[in-house]
Amino acid sequence: MNIHEYQAKELYRKYGIPVPQGIPCMSPEEAVEAAKKLIADTGSEVVVVKAQIHAGGRGKAGGVKVCKGIEAATAAAHDIFGKVLVTPQTGPEGKKVQRLLVEQGLAIKSELYLALVVDRETKKVAIMASTEGGMDIEEVAHNTPEKIHMVYFHADAGLQDHHVRKLSYALGLTKTESKNFHKLIVNLAKLFVAEDCSIAEVNPLILTKDEQVLALDAKVNFDGNAEFRHQAYWESVRDLSEEAPTETEAAEAGLSYIQLDGNIGCLVNGAGLAMSTMDTIKHFGGEPANFLDVGGGASQESVTKAFKIILQSDAVQGIFVNIFGGIMRCDVIANGVVAASKELGLTVPLVVRLAGTNVEQGKEILNNSGLRIVAADTMAEGAQKIVELAKGA
Amino acid sequence: MSILVNKDTKLIVQGITGKTGQFHTEQCIKYGTNVVGGVTPGRGGTEILGVPVFDTVEQAMAATGANASCIFVPPPFAADAILECIDAEMALAICITEGIPVMDMLKVRRVLDGQKGTRLIGPNCPGVITPDECKIGIMPGHIHKKGRIGVVSKSGTLTYEAVGQLTALGIGQSTAVGVGGDPIAGTDFIDILEMFEKDPDTDAIILIGEIGGNAEELAAAWIKDNFTKPVAGFIAGRTAPPGKRMGHAGAIISGGKGTADAKIAALEEAGVKVAPTPSDMGTTLASLLK
Repeated sequence: MNIHEYQAKELYRKYGIPVPQGIPCMSPEEAVEAAKKLIADTGSEVVVVKAQIHAGGRGKAGGVKVCKGIEAATAAAHDIFGKVLVTPQTGPEGKKVQRLLVEQGLAIKSELYLALVVDRETKKVAIMASTEGGMDIEEVAHNTPEKIHMVYFHADAGLQDHHVRKLSYALGLTKTESKNFHKLIVNLAKLFVAEDCSIAEVNPLILTKDEQVLALDAKVNFDGNAEFRHQAYWESVRDLSEEAPTETEAAEAGLSYIQLDGNIGCLVNGAGLAMSTMDTIKHFGGEPANFLDVGGGASQESVTKAFKIILQSDAVQGIFVNIFGGIMRCDVIANGVVAASKELGLTVPLVVRLAGTNVEQGKEILNNSGLRIVAADTMAEGAQKIVELAKGA
Repeated sequence: MSILVNKDTKLIVQGITGKTGQFHTEQCIKYGTNVVGGVTPGRGGTEILGVPVFDTVEQAMAATGANASCIFVPPPFAADAILECIDAEMALAICITEGIPVMDMLKVRRVLDGQKGTRLIGPNCPGVITPDECKIGIMPGHIHKKGRIGVVSKSGTLTYEAVGQLTALGIGQSTAVGVGGDPIAGTDFIDILEMFEKDPDTDAIILIGEIGGNAEELAAAWIKDNFTKPVAGFIAGRTAPPGKRMGHAGAIISGGKGTADAKIAALEEAGVKVAPTPSDMGTTLASLLK
């Protein structure tokens, strides 16, 4: 699960991680008041107005403005609020800015990069740090891998002093900076484990001219599986307007759904099979409209729901149902397919491939339904058929 | 012979009284698996499906001589259930549960790596089956056929797909293992490859991976240096968009890493014959046997 920068910074504050003074705002007017307050409190004319969306690359897209004086801040707040930002992470449709964060401006000496992730290979938490802050870190890793410094710690043993020393030396910090960095990173490591993060990224982490170390930006992703440990807090920070509505709707129905750009809807059981169904469609020259895993225990109702979600996209010109019935019986799926087709008045071609438990009964139900359902015996055959049919649709 | 499970496996089921646990235990018994008991805290002394229920794994082992456990415990309690197996030195723990937090699995994995008594398969996996001998997990038993091909996979339904194709071609399986689709699992591909290499009754294997992480690349490197039997492969997620989690918690391309193309290239470099589509897994394997 994703949260906004200002929410991540509130969490950082709670764990004693220094962040700039800032005020989250739900309108440009609030942002102007916030700027006034920050200028009065800090005695500095410089404030930063930052768009709050669940995507990186805001700066380049014009979503972050450093302003001197209240007039400039007012203009920036009105300009950014309501704007649709298109960044490499938002997709071509972009994301509309509905929240702002106004922060104090700081005298920056240099910008660093810091991130924590779970490392699958070492089965530890990895900390990645670099002197190349504020940049696209993937580019840094690719072009100058020697500028990326890594340490790994066991989640239960926690981060140790020698890990921090190693990073401090690598980053070339002064004695005072090292002391401040130590406190920040120890707390960030605690936060990462205790709050069940999958990513905590600070880009940039800044060194100020008076040797302070602060998180100028903050990105936090939580591991969705840990929701049961953080229910109340996660509910309070969740911003549904930042999530694709169909994906949220699907998740509520126990379906795993991701919208894609193609025209062939897929309804599959199992994540691996669902991915390979997309691959097979593409192999035969088609484009999948979605990833959809109905899960192991799908019922007639969830199959109907899945159909409804697939058909919400106008781009869909054909549907491919690919089920390998294990515990899930093919006759149950067939009944679901027939019920959904009748209920929704399906107008696009439908190819169904059933295999596994009770496959004969399943096929019989489809044959006797009076619906124009094209049957296939293998995934490849089904994919080929739906690609052909969708072309004609 | 086979790997991990056989006719001598004596199974208990943790979470046997839950709806899912009960349903699948019944299927395992029907298949012929020797289920000797179950564990549900607070339900000790009762009986279900004709087998005794115990409060703890330790008690169940002492009373039944069980050497394997299948775990159907819900995510908040699953890590504890695995750790209970490790403390009791249960030889084999197979965790079916999907949705365990990765922090919990990091801790479990650290305990696992510090001992030798317990082998964990999963979590978030379909289980392990040695056809006609022992089925532990949620896979449909009837699609399997006894034989000499090993199958190892991160994905449940793709395992069924591979097994179904093999059986349709008249090719049987020695053991089929689902290692699970989570980022941190108890057993990695290489552990299973080592077992298949040593198993005199496995002639060749199918390895099924998916996007995310680098387990397939590590497996490929290991195969190149150590594995002497023919390998057919498949990688799911060639067309998956980066940054999106494709159902499985582990199936995500992040930072340009974990792509299907890189995995396929690594496997091919190691001499693995990679099936062009998932419908070709069986025929690809068959082509290696000639």
